[in-house]
This record gives sequence, C-alpha cells and structure tokens, in this order.
Amino acid sequence: MTPAASGALALAAQVRAGERSAASVLEESLAAIRGRDPELHCFNALADAHARERADEVDRLVASGTDPGPLAGVPVALKDNICTRSAPTTCSSRILAGWTPPYDATVVSRLAAAGAVVVGKTNLDEFAMGSSTENSATGPTRNPWDTGRVPGGSSGGSAAAVAAGMVPVALGSDTGGSIRQPAALCGVVGVKPTYGVVSRYGLVAFASSLDQIGPLATTVAEAAAVLEAIAGHDDRDSTSLEQAAPRCSEVLDDGARGLRVGVVADFLADASPDCTGAVRAAADVLAGHGASVEEVALPELLHGLSAYYLIAPAEASSNLARYDGVRYGLRVDAPDVETMNGRTRAAGFGPEVKRRVMLGTYVLSAGYYDAYYAQAQRVRTLVARAFARAYAGVDVLLAPTTPSVAFPLGSKTSDPLEMYLADLFTIPSNLAGHPAMSVPFALGEGGMPVGVQVLAPALGERAMFRAAAVVESGADPRARGPVPARGAR
Amino acid sequence: MSGQLSTEEVAHIARLARLEITEEESATYAGQLSAILEHVDAVRRLDTAGVPPTSHAFELRNVLRADEPRPCLERDEVLAGAPRAEDGRFLVPRILGEEP
Repeated sequence: MTPAASGALALAAQVRAGERSAASVLEESLAAIRGRDPELHCFNALADAHARERADEVDRLVASGTDPGPLAGVPVALKDNICTRSAPTTCSSRILAGWTPPYDATVVSRLAAAGAVVVGKTNLDEFAMGSSTENSATGPTRNPWDTGRVPGGSSGGSAAAVAAGMVPVALGSDTGGSIRQPAALCGVVGVKPTYGVVSRYGLVAFASSLDQIGPLATTVAEAAAVLEAIAGHDDRDSTSLEQAAPRCSEVLDDGARGLRVGVVADFLADASPDCTGAVRAAADVLAGHGASVEEVALPELLHGLSAYYLIAPAEASSNLARYDGVRYGLRVDAPDVETMNGRTRAAGFGPEVKRRVMLGTYVLSAGYYDAYYAQAQRVRTLVARAFARAYAGVDVLLAPTTPSVAFPLGSKTSDPLEMYLADLFTIPSNLAGHPAMSVPFALGEGGMPVGVQVLAPALGERAMFRAAAVVESGADPRARGPVPARGAR
Repeated sequence: MSGQLSTEEVAHIARLARLEITEEESATYAGQLSAILEHVDAVRRLDTAGVPPTSHAFELRNVLRADEPRPCLERDEVLAGAPRAEDGRFLVPRILGEEP
C-alpha cells in the first residue's frame, strides 16, 4: 500500500503510537516516487537525505515518549516555489536553476513542528504562471489518471504526486486557482485559504495581493489537518492576519442541517455538462442533508478573469524585476549591467513569464495605468461587492471548479488566452481574498475526475469545510485519488 | 488605443522590462498581447463610476517591529547563491558609462 492510500491521518496515528516508524513510511513514499515519477515528472528535486534525517528524528521522539506532532512522519511534497534549505527552489525556471535558498519558508518550519517530513519539491508552471504545468523549464507533469492529459496547474506536480499515491499530502500555492484547478483535474482535494491565514514568508512572490499557500490531499479531513498545521499569524509576513486560524477539523461531522447554500448560476452556462451536473448533484447531496439550496445570480464574477489578467501580470512585472542576474540564479555575462540584465532575463524566463511581465509593464506604464490597471482594481471591488451580496443570504457558494475535465497535453499551449479561461471559476475568490476549495465528486468525460468547488466569505473556512465534508460523503468514491498506474488512454 | 500593440511598442515595453527580445519575438508577442488586451478590454467598458479601486482584499496597515538588532541571514550563505561575488559583495559588470 502506498503512503497516500493509507492516508495522512492514519499514518500519523500509527507513527505516534509507535506502530510504524516514520523511516519506513518515508521509504514507501520514496519507492512510490521512484516507481512512477520517471513517467509522470511530478518532482523537480528530492530532499531524500534531509528527509531521512527528519524521519529518524521523529522516530527518536516517539521512542523517547515525546509526541512529534499531529502530522508525525507524514511525507509531504512542496511546490517548488516554496523556499527550502534542504533542496533547491527553482520555480521551474531556468533563471533559478540550482538555487538553494538560505532560509526555510514559514510553512516549512510549521510542517516540521507538526512532525511532517518534506520529501521533495514539485513541478509547476514557471513562477506559477499557467494552468497545465506545461510552462515548466523542467518539462511537463502528466496526469496520473491519463498520462496523455495535463494535471492542471500551476500546482500540477503537487496534485499529481498526491493523485499518484507518492505522498498523502502536498502544498501548493493559489494565485488564481493554482491549487483548486489541478486538484479538480487530478481527483484530489485542494484548498485555497483566506488571504493572510497562511504566511507567505518564503513563498516566491508572483502576485502578492493574490498569492496564498494551501494543502492538497486525498480527503477533506486530511486537508483540514494540514491547513491547521501551517496556518496562523506570522510576524515575518506583513499581510498575515492577526486572527486565530479557523479550526476546521472539529466541524467535519457537523452535517449540513441549517446550512444555507447558494449555487452560482452564472458559472453553470460556461461549464461542460459533466462539470455542471456534478455541481447540481452536489447541491442535491447538501439538500438531502438538510441544507437550504438556492441559485444566486452573480454576473460580476465573470468579469474577474479580465481584471485578474491585468492585476496579476502588473504585480508579477514588479515582483519579477528582482531576477536581474545579480543576487541569485542565472547570469548571462555582458560588458555593462543593463545588457547583462536584458540577456539574463531573456535566457532565464520562458515565453509565458515574458508575456506576463510585458503585459504587466504595459498596463502599469504612463498613459495606460488608469484605463487598464486602475479600472481592473475597480472591477475587483465589484467582484467583492457581488460576493458580499450573496453572502448576506447564504453561508457558502457552490460552483464548478473548472470548465471541463483535464485536457490533452499540448491542446492549449499555442493560444495563451484559451489557457487563461481554465481559471474562470477560481479567480474571483482570489480577487476577494476569500477561501475556496475543490472536492473530487464524480467521473466525467473519458473517465476523468470532476471537482466541485465550495466557496466561503473571508475566514469562513469552518462553514466551507462543513459543506465540503458533506459533499465528499455523497461523492463517487471512484473519482478520488490515488489512482493506480494506467498510462495514456 | 483599442488594445492593438505594434511591434515597435512591444520592443519598447521589452526594454522597460529589461528583456532582450528579437524582432521576430516582438512580432509574435505583439499578436499575442493584442489578443489578450482585446479580451480584457471588456473591463474597460464596464461602468465603474463612483466605485473605489481595490488594491488588496483587506485593509493594509503598516506593521512595525521593535527597533532592536536581531540575527539576519548569514552573508556568506546569501552570497553563495549569487552568480558572482567578491570580497563579501555582489559583483556586477560596469554600471557607469566611462570607458574602463
């Protein structure tokens, strides 16, 4: 049995009770990675030496009668834009190839404090810009359900690693859907917490007002446990919320009685029949458990995509200015510094990163700032107001996570705009700073998994997890990873 | 301005963004960026009169810590990640315009 098949919580319970060693759990995880990663390419790097030290440490704690923590011995994979001293952090970019950060991200320290063992760094679209994990300097990740299809992105390596049973849980980052979309496409649970609930210290910045770290797991309960381990205020992130992080594990058995659920009607028209059908069926499950369900009209949310593709590139063009060939990563030598900057960035960034940096530079430039960037920020307000209107009457919203199931590799790479549409339903929550999560629910076209998205207002994680647990209880169990190896179909 | 970018404009933006690109790339990006701008142009037509802009989901405030010395990153460890370093500093090519 692979570590993911056992489940993170069962593994932690066994390790804490001394019934299994963290070292043996780790070796199982590493064996699963060795077995399937040559085909799937979920990992950019393994931190196996460091992981073995960590696992031994966990086992020593157990032997000495000390509790290593709620995630004792649980192997965790980290998206390769989360800084680790134990392994290079490359963002799947040539410009950071081989760079090992001089510090750990806050989430890395928190995972260690909870007893978890980081096994390695997962592939992503370069600097988290993309929806398929094809924009990677290390090559694409493949979907374990069908290796001819993409895993989604940008946290595609993390989603695929969990779906393939290499690790029971992983962390990703979500700027416009980069945790939820690959989770949906790989049949796993993916959570984007409220902005500020999880520290961004050590997360390589893409669009700072939108980025948030969150868990991917095979079950809602495991995702809740990981979120609780990494959440909480951090002095080293000035946007970290002061409030205590929501305790989500304790509401998972509360059921849906009295819960008010809104179905986002505007999204249903833009999704494929299998994705729309899953949302309606999930709504029926909630209603069957005593929730009230109504359709809500939120047409403003559909403008989120356009606002996002102005705001995120603008922030990215500023954040990525730091890759100038001076302090880290690649340098292409030139006689003067400006030419060195230009050649380094030309050689180091891939086409999608260049597109977004130029788009962002353009919309922030004199003469276009008001027409594009400031206008997009006003639309961001309209999106937040639409959500506020909805949440005056409901506790959570239900929507498709994605417009379709996982698409074939290469099918959207020639048209950037087509790829951007994959994030249509996930972006509004980032613009508003709200939590949202994807739960695997049904099988759709080609036998591929379909996710249902549960959205909640800021710090509404408890209601969100409560609804998600009920949705999960009514889901088709075949739609959930881990999946056995079965190649391309 | 209807969201159509010329090859010359793209070359100018690339210079601002410190990206060396070829003429051929400028033409490709001009087409792609124009298509993206055309799509997001819907945003410009929305009536937002009286709507304040949102730069951040929650209100930001200045966060200060006590002004006391505390350990920072080790210099040598930081410089180890740099492409070139010398005498405890980052080494860069000539910045000022005079001949060497």
